[in-house]
Amino acid sequence: MEQLVFDPRILMASLYVFALAAFLGYQIISRVPPLLHTPLMSATNALSAISVVGAIVVAGRHNESSISTWLGFIAVISASINVIGGFLITDRMLKMFKREIPAKPGDKKGNSK
Amino acid sequence: MNIYIEFCYLAASILFVFGLKGLTHPDSARRGMLLAAAGMTAAIVGTLFNPEIVTREWIWIGLLIGGSIGAVMSIWMPMTAMPERTALSHAFGALAAALVGIAEYANHGAQMGTLKVGALGFEILLGCITFTGSLIAFGKLYGVVKGTPITFKGQNIFNMTLLAVMLGCFVYLVYDASAAAAFYIMMTLAFCFGVLLVIPIGSADMPVVMSLLNSYAGLAAAATGFVLGNNVLIIAGTLDGFSGFILSVLMCRAMNRSMKNVLFGAFGAVSETAVGAVTGTMREVSLEDVATQLAYAKHVVFVPGYGMATAQAQYAVRELANLLEGRGVGVKFGIHPVAGRMPGHMNVLLAEANVPYSLLYEMDQINPDLPQTDVAVVIGANDVVNPDARDNPRSPIAGMPIIEVDRARSVVVLKRGNGKGFSGLDNPLFFKPVTGMLYGDAKSSLTSLTQAVQEV
Repeated sequence: MEQLVFDPRILMASLYVFALAAFLGYQIISRVPPLLHTPLMSATNALSAISVVGAIVVAGRHNESSISTWLGFIAVISASINVIGGFLITDRMLKMFKREIPAKPGDKKGNSK
Repeated sequence: MNIYIEFCYLAASILFVFGLKGLTHPDSARRGMLLAAAGMTAAIVGTLFNPEIVTREWIWIGLLIGGSIGAVMSIWMPMTAMPERTALSHAFGALAAALVGIAEYANHGAQMGTLKVGALGFEILLGCITFTGSLIAFGKLYGVVKGTPITFKGQNIFNMTLLAVMLGCFVYLVYDASAAAAFYIMMTLAFCFGVLLVIPIGSADMPVVMSLLNSYAGLAAAATGFVLGNNVLIIAGTLDGFSGFILSVLMCRAMNRSMKNVLFGAFGAVSETAVGAVTGTMREVSLEDVATQLAYAKHVVFVPGYGMATAQAQYAVRELANLLEGRGVGVKFGIHPVAGRMPGHMNVLLAEANVPYSLLYEMDQINPDLPQTDVAVVIGANDVVNPDARDNPRSPIAGMPIIEVDRARSVVVLKRGNGKGFSGLDNPLFFKPVTGMLYGDAKSSLTSLTQAVQEV
């Protein structure tokens, strides 16, 4: 059973994790080139679907009211739409980015420099 | 605490960070995303072994339904619908976080400690606001909600009052966690507030809104992590939250506007009081004329905008660019950060049409080239090439950095009709002597241009 009252030590540890993740996120994301901003958004969107972890527990545990189980079930559906959909479409997008397109035979000068 | 589950979460967190790091370069991006997907799998598999779980059938059914919907959406969704899809997925992510929070409160909210219920409150607020806000953003992008700002009298006062009541409930809930009424009022108001937050924002400002909603969805997941005491949720949520935040700052900077102005400015309403209309005549050019110019040019720069996306003209541009390159013309694409409806929108469309990314130039890289450019072709872009932003300090978009196509030797603007752009502003570029207007659907204009160039 999860803690209902925050143990101050756990709260502090969580805040450390939050602060370091924020710093790390800032450092990494600011290096992503504008070229990849759309894939970045769909990738981080897939990552934030990590709430599926919480949803799974709510849907599967013994709840005092069945409403919670239903809410958990719907949450599992909507989060897993993002998990699968997010990663698949990000990959589909990234597949399209090519530095140079190989020249087609018959092209005099090729397609790119 | 099960040590194996915790190790799964740790592995997932590390893989997420490596995955995002991969996105800093197009060559490593796909591998990075594979790592992130592996991390997600580890986190989900680990969770399935959580000892709290007593029945698994709903989990499997949920994963199956959600996974299938996600897979179908991602396979069939055309790239031009990317902004809509992203808005929708922000809504799903936020809904999941909000529902987990509501279920937590329904289960044992009354026994929660002060800090715990505080974290829960954040989760609910961010989750609910993002859910309805993203649905409205989706509606605006899809065209079922009016794209222009929707405003009404006393809007700001109304919103502020609603916000105050909502935050009041939040404070009361932290003070007394068993106050279920406060919880449900707060939740309902948060759903309403999400709608109110996005309806006054015009479609042209969507890149900022999308980034901001992205950020909120991530922070909602991070707050869920605080509620559940789960670090992988905190890490992944925070990474997403900061990514969205950085993107929204970049987008605001690219429009030279403050976040406050985008969110509460109701842009369209302001521009009606703008300075007097630009006078002069627009010069219409013929297809053959443009074809000749292009065929004998040394350097051509294409500047795409949202019009390229609506006309699905990316393939037609690519064909024309190919043909010109074959004739020895240097072709580049100049991409403004806020062109389109989401960050990086134009890049994805051109990549889809097989334009190599070595031809895509950012605004700051392309501007020094423009004075040496023979023909700049503007495809369905308007505000991002509006010289008023640079020259007219009284213009509503004054100070917004633009792609300076008017410095090129010749400018061709592909435009559907001679109406105003999305923001409703006059664009003096269209009246300049160097500018020629080529009216018609961007896709068919480009296709005809390709044929005409072949005949030159």
